[in-house]
Amino acid sequence: MDLSLITSNSSLILILESVFKILIVLIPLLLFVAYLTLAERRIIGFMQLRKGPNVVGLFGLLQPWADALKLLSKETILPSGSSKVVFIIAPMLTFILSMIAWSVIPFSEDFVIADINVGILYLFAISSLGVYGVIMAGWASNSKYAFLGALRSAAQMVSYEVSIGFVMVSVLLCVGSLNLGDIINAQKNLWFVIPLFPMFVVFFISTLAETNRAPFDLPEGESELVAGYMVEYSSMSFALFFLGEYANMILMSAMTSVLFLGGWLPLFDIAPFNYIPGPVWLILKISLCLFVFLWVRATTPRYRYDQLMRLGWKVFLPFSLLWLVLTAGFLVYTGSAPVLY
Amino acid sequence: MVTSLFFYLFSFIITACAVMVISSRNPVHSVLFLILAFFNSGALFVILGAEFLAMMLVIVYVGAVAVLFLFVVMMLNINFSKIKEGFQKYFPIGSLIGFILFIEIILMVFSGDLLVNKNNELNDNIPNTHKIGSLLYTEYIYVFQLSGLILLVAMVGAIVLTLRERPGVKKQDIISQNTRKVSDVISIVKKESS
Repeated sequence: MDLSLITSNSSLILILESVFKILIVLIPLLLFVAYLTLAERRIIGFMQLRKGPNVVGLFGLLQPWADALKLLSKETILPSGSSKVVFIIAPMLTFILSMIAWSVIPFSEDFVIADINVGILYLFAISSLGVYGVIMAGWASNSKYAFLGALRSAAQMVSYEVSIGFVMVSVLLCVGSLNLGDIINAQKNLWFVIPLFPMFVVFFISTLAETNRAPFDLPEGESELVAGYMVEYSSMSFALFFLGEYANMILMSAMTSVLFLGGWLPLFDIAPFNYIPGPVWLILKISLCLFVFLWVRATTPRYRYDQLMRLGWKVFLPFSLLWLVLTAGFLVYTGSAPVLY
Repeated sequence: MVTSLFFYLFSFIITACAVMVISSRNPVHSVLFLILAFFNSGALFVILGAEFLAMMLVIVYVGAVAVLFLFVVMMLNINFSKIKEGFQKYFPIGSLIGFILFIEIILMVFSGDLLVNKNNELNDNIPNTHKIGSLLYTEYIYVFQLSGLILLVAMVGAIVLTLRERPGVKKQDIISQNTRKVSDVISIVKKESS
């Protein structure tokens, strides 16, 4: 009796601790998402020599809250010809997937919600599931624009996943482990962005395509498809798509930071730099990647669909495959392939 | 206790999804239930401690194969009443196959081979990803490479079957575009002003 009480108590504490950890990650993440939308509009505004939203609050800092309130007060519309259940599940799926992926991202040496052996595969699996939110939304809307957008998006995400996979494998070859903490620790002396720079470029461009961002935002190409798979969505279901998309951008930036920019590692391991805690470094690196995301959006025109497919299958795939073979060959030739066990 | 609870939860979801796959009226809904079943069998792998296989199942089956499957089902306009027409005709043979499979599973479970813990050597601290890798690339290297070759042949075959040159289709040739020089395409003609 006593024993069972103790174990149930300790399991309760364990559960509470996990919930606390999850909230510590999710609440700042959602705030980050909210202010990313503001940062996007402001930064693109400055790049195009206009001001962007600067009226609501100081420097427009209350703009995200105004947007959220506006979306919440709108009516949720269910199109009459739609497949109702799938229509409602799709935005929820997108949002949930973009949140649960954060469970394996290490924020510092000892803070990670789930330190699993196959962390990088988990991230890859979750990001490959993201296509379902889009394709379900497009099909359930029962609208031609939405369906075309969903088909484009699915083809695009599946294509660019292949080269993302190859880039990941070439990083894993240098690490010898699938654990994200091990990947970061392997970069203590040299961030992988330096030896694997071409792969970094391929990975970054592929993440742009994977998150359906400019210049690969064909799925929502407003000039031809209105808003792609999101056409029929309104109010909160639209907000969930929106939040999911931006959380995915942050997630992909976090992945880039973990794989190539050394995650929570400081820039140099000397006095002023290593006083700054790990999570701050990670957030700084994520912000840097996000800035490039926005910079690309402000400066590049949209790709044509066949050019997008050509880039994915005929340029990135052979290139990343070749570089993977080169990396493996180099590691074997120099005898520096990692052996952990 | 918690493990078995989760086992029964996931197994129940898989079974329910499998029933829904064959009973739902809309083919797209069937495929979505199939995907849910795949995903939950991944969860069963996690319970077994085979996290690598679980992730591979999700990445390969759910993330790639099922997407293409869903694609095809969405694009084809399947008439379900036509498929269901032959139910009476196919019921005996279908139930016979189902019965044989069921008997096979029963025999396998009660022969006791499954219950013997063969993976004693797996119970050390080495992650099963490393174990699978070191086994796959040493002992089973020829079989592994052979299966890769089979996939390659299938892929080349599929491409050969679908690749056709149609006359009159304008294609962008980026290399020829980039290697064009101004002097090749533009010539300045002197013309007397009238």
